[in-house]
Amino acid sequence: MLLFCLSVEMGSTNSTLSKIPNVEELMQETGFTPAHIVRLYDRFEALDKEKTGHLRPQDFGAINRLAMNPIGDRIIGAFFSPGQETVDFHSFVRILAHFRPADKNRPKDPSMPEPVNNRTSKLKFAFQLYDQDKDGKISRAELLQVLRSMLEMQVTEEQLESIADRTIQEADLDKDDAISFEEFRKSLEKVNIDHKMSIRFLR
Amino acid sequence: MGLFLDFNPFDNLLCILLGISFTVWFTLLLVFIIVPAIFGVSFGIRQLYMKTLLKIFEWATHRIERGAKDNNHLLYKPYSNGIIAKEPTSLEEEIKEIRRSGSNRDLDSASVFEMSDIFYFCRQGVESIMDDEVTKRFSAEELESWNLLTRSNYNFQHISLRLTVLWGLGVVIRYGFLLPLRVTLAFTGVGLLVVLTSIIGFLPNGRMKNFLSEQVHLMCYRICVRALTAIITYHDSENKPKNGGICVANHTSPIDVIILASDGCYAMVGQIHGGLMGVIQKSMVKACPHIWFERSEVKDRHLVAKRLSDHVEDKTKLPILIFPEGTCINNTSVMMFKKGSFEIGSTVYPVAIKYDPRFGDAFWNSSQFGMVNYLLRMMSSWAIVCSVWYLPPMSREEGEDAVQFANRVKAAIARQGGLVDLLWDGGLKRGKVKDTFKEEQQKLYSKMLVGTQEDRSRS
Repeated sequence: MLLFCLSVEMGSTNSTLSKIPNVEELMQETGFTPAHIVRLYDRFEALDKEKTGHLRPQDFGAINRLAMNPIGDRIIGAFFSPGQETVDFHSFVRILAHFRPADKNRPKDPSMPEPVNNRTSKLKFAFQLYDQDKDGKISRAELLQVLRSMLEMQVTEEQLESIADRTIQEADLDKDDAISFEEFRKSLEKVNIDHKMSIRFLR
Repeated sequence: MGLFLDFNPFDNLLCILLGISFTVWFTLLLVFIIVPAIFGVSFGIRQLYMKTLLKIFEWATHRIERGAKDNNHLLYKPYSNGIIAKEPTSLEEEIKEIRRSGSNRDLDSASVFEMSDIFYFCRQGVESIMDDEVTKRFSAEELESWNLLTRSNYNFQHISLRLTVLWGLGVVIRYGFLLPLRVTLAFTGVGLLVVLTSIIGFLPNGRMKNFLSEQVHLMCYRICVRALTAIITYHDSENKPKNGGICVANHTSPIDVIILASDGCYAMVGQIHGGLMGVIQKSMVKACPHIWFERSEVKDRHLVAKRLSDHVEDKTKLPILIFPEGTCINNTSVMMFKKGSFEIGSTVYPVAIKYDPRFGDAFWNSSQFGMVNYLLRMMSSWAIVCSVWYLPPMSREEGEDAVQFANRVKAAIARQGGLVDLLWDGGLKRGKVKDTFKEEQQKLYSKMLVGTQEDRSRS
C-alpha cells in the first residue's frame, strides 16, 4: 500500500525513464540530464500522435511554428537519415543534442569522443541545411534554393542570383564555385556559434 | 492466565476508542459533507481551506526561490516556457546580432546576405520542435508556486529542512486523512447513484420520475465533487443549457463530466464500457434517457448523428453533454462526435472549463497512467480548483459549414477560458494559415536584405 502511494506521489519521472531503453547511454552521449530526457520524451510522445514509437515527417509538419518557418522542411529533413522514413526517440534526442549549450567546465580529454554539441558539430548541422545533396559542398544551385526558401516572392530572380554570386565570391577560397565545409567554417569563424545555435534548457 | 488478564482491559479500551472514532468520523462526514450535498448547500469550508493552502504555498515557493538564488540556479517552472528558455527578440535584431559578431566589416557595408543568417531560422525551427504552444499550459500570470506535491516539483535540490518537514506533514495529511475520506465519499456517491437510479427506474414515466431522477443525479454528483474536493466557481449561470440543446465543453480531464453534471442535468453520450463503468451507465439510463452506444455503433457516423438529433428534437429530454475532443481514450470516437454534434443543427451552448493548477494537476496523460492511478492522484492532491463559464448559446449561421461552426465555438470557448486556441485539431484546413505566416517571415527577412541593397545602390 505504501509503495503504491509512493508511486502515485512521485509521479512519473522514474517510471518514464525506465521506459526508455539504453537511457544511460543516451545521457552519456548527449549530455542531457534525466530531467531533460523526460521532458523530451514527453514532447516526443506528444508529437507521436499515433503512438507508433516513431516520428514521421508529417508529425513534425503538424507543429504550427515549424510549418511557418521558411526553412522548416529542411530542418525536418535533418532529423531523417537518408533513406529513412521514421526517426526514433534516440535519434530525436541525438539531433537535438546539437543544440545544447557547450559545457564550459568540461575538461578537454583527447581520448573522449568530441561532444555532440561542440562548435564543429553545430556548424555541420547548419551546413547540411544548405547542402541538401550531402556532397560536402554548397553549390551555387543549392545556395539559390535556400535563398529562394527564405525570400520567395519578396525579391526578383536577378536579386537572388546576385546575392548568391556575391556570397560565393566572398566565401569560396579555392574558386571551385562551391562552398566546402572548411570554407563555410572559415567564413563564420568570428560568429559566436555557441550562443546562436544553442537552446538554453531550464534546469 | 495472568497474561490473558493483562491484555483484556487494554483490548477493551482499544475497541472503545475505535468505536468512538468511527462514530465521530461518520457523523462529521454526514453533517458536513453528505447532507449539504443532498441539498446543494455549502458551508464555505472549502473556500477557507483553499485560502489557507494558498498562503502556505506562497511561503514554500519563497523558500525555494531563496534557496535557488543562493546557489545561482535557474528554477524550472512547469507551466511557463516549457523546457526551454525563449528570448523574445525580433528577426531583425537577432540576425543583426549574428552578423555583428561574425563580420569583420562595418555593418553598413556588409554584404546583403550572410551565411550565418540561417542560424536564426534554424534555431527558431528547432525551438519549436522542442516546445511550442500545442503543449497544454496556462497563462504566464499564474503564480508559479510549489504546491507541496512531489510530482509537481522539479527543483528538488533547493528544498530546506523546514520545507521538507512541511512536505512530510502534507503527505501525512493527504494520504492519511484526505485520501481515505475521499475514497469513502466516492464509494458512497457512486453506490447511491447506482442504487437510487435503479429504484427510480421502476417508476412510470412522467414528471415525477424526471424530477426525482434529476434530484438523484445532482445529489450523487455533488457527493462526488466533494470526494475530489473540487472547488468550482460557476460564471454566467443564466446561459445554462436548456432542453433540446447541445452542451459543448472543452475536455481536459475525465472529471469534467462530474463538474458540469453537479450543476445541471444533462443527457450523457458515450460508449458502453464493461465493468464498474458499465454498471453505472446501465443504471443511469433507467432513470433518464442517456445516449449510450455499443462499441460497434460508434463507428457508424450516421447512426450516431441520427440518435443525437432524435434526442435533441424531443424537447422534454435533457440537453446533451458532448466533449468534441472525446471522453473515450479511443481516438476514433473523437472524430465521430466532432463534426456530428455540429451538424445536427440545434442550438449549441458552449461551456469553458478552466482548471487552476496550483492545487493539483488535473491533466490526464492517458499513456502514462490508467484511470485508477489517475483518480488516486486526483484524490491525493490538495484540491481541484476550477472555473466554469457558461457562454451564450450559438447556432449555425447561413452559409457556414459544420467545420467553420465548430471553429467558431472553439474560438469562443478558448477565448473565455484563456486557453490557447488549439483545442481541436484535425479537419481544420491548415494549409492556408501556414502559407500566410511563412510569407510574413519571408517579408521581414527580405526587408532587411533588400533594404540594405537599396542603401548600397544609392551610395
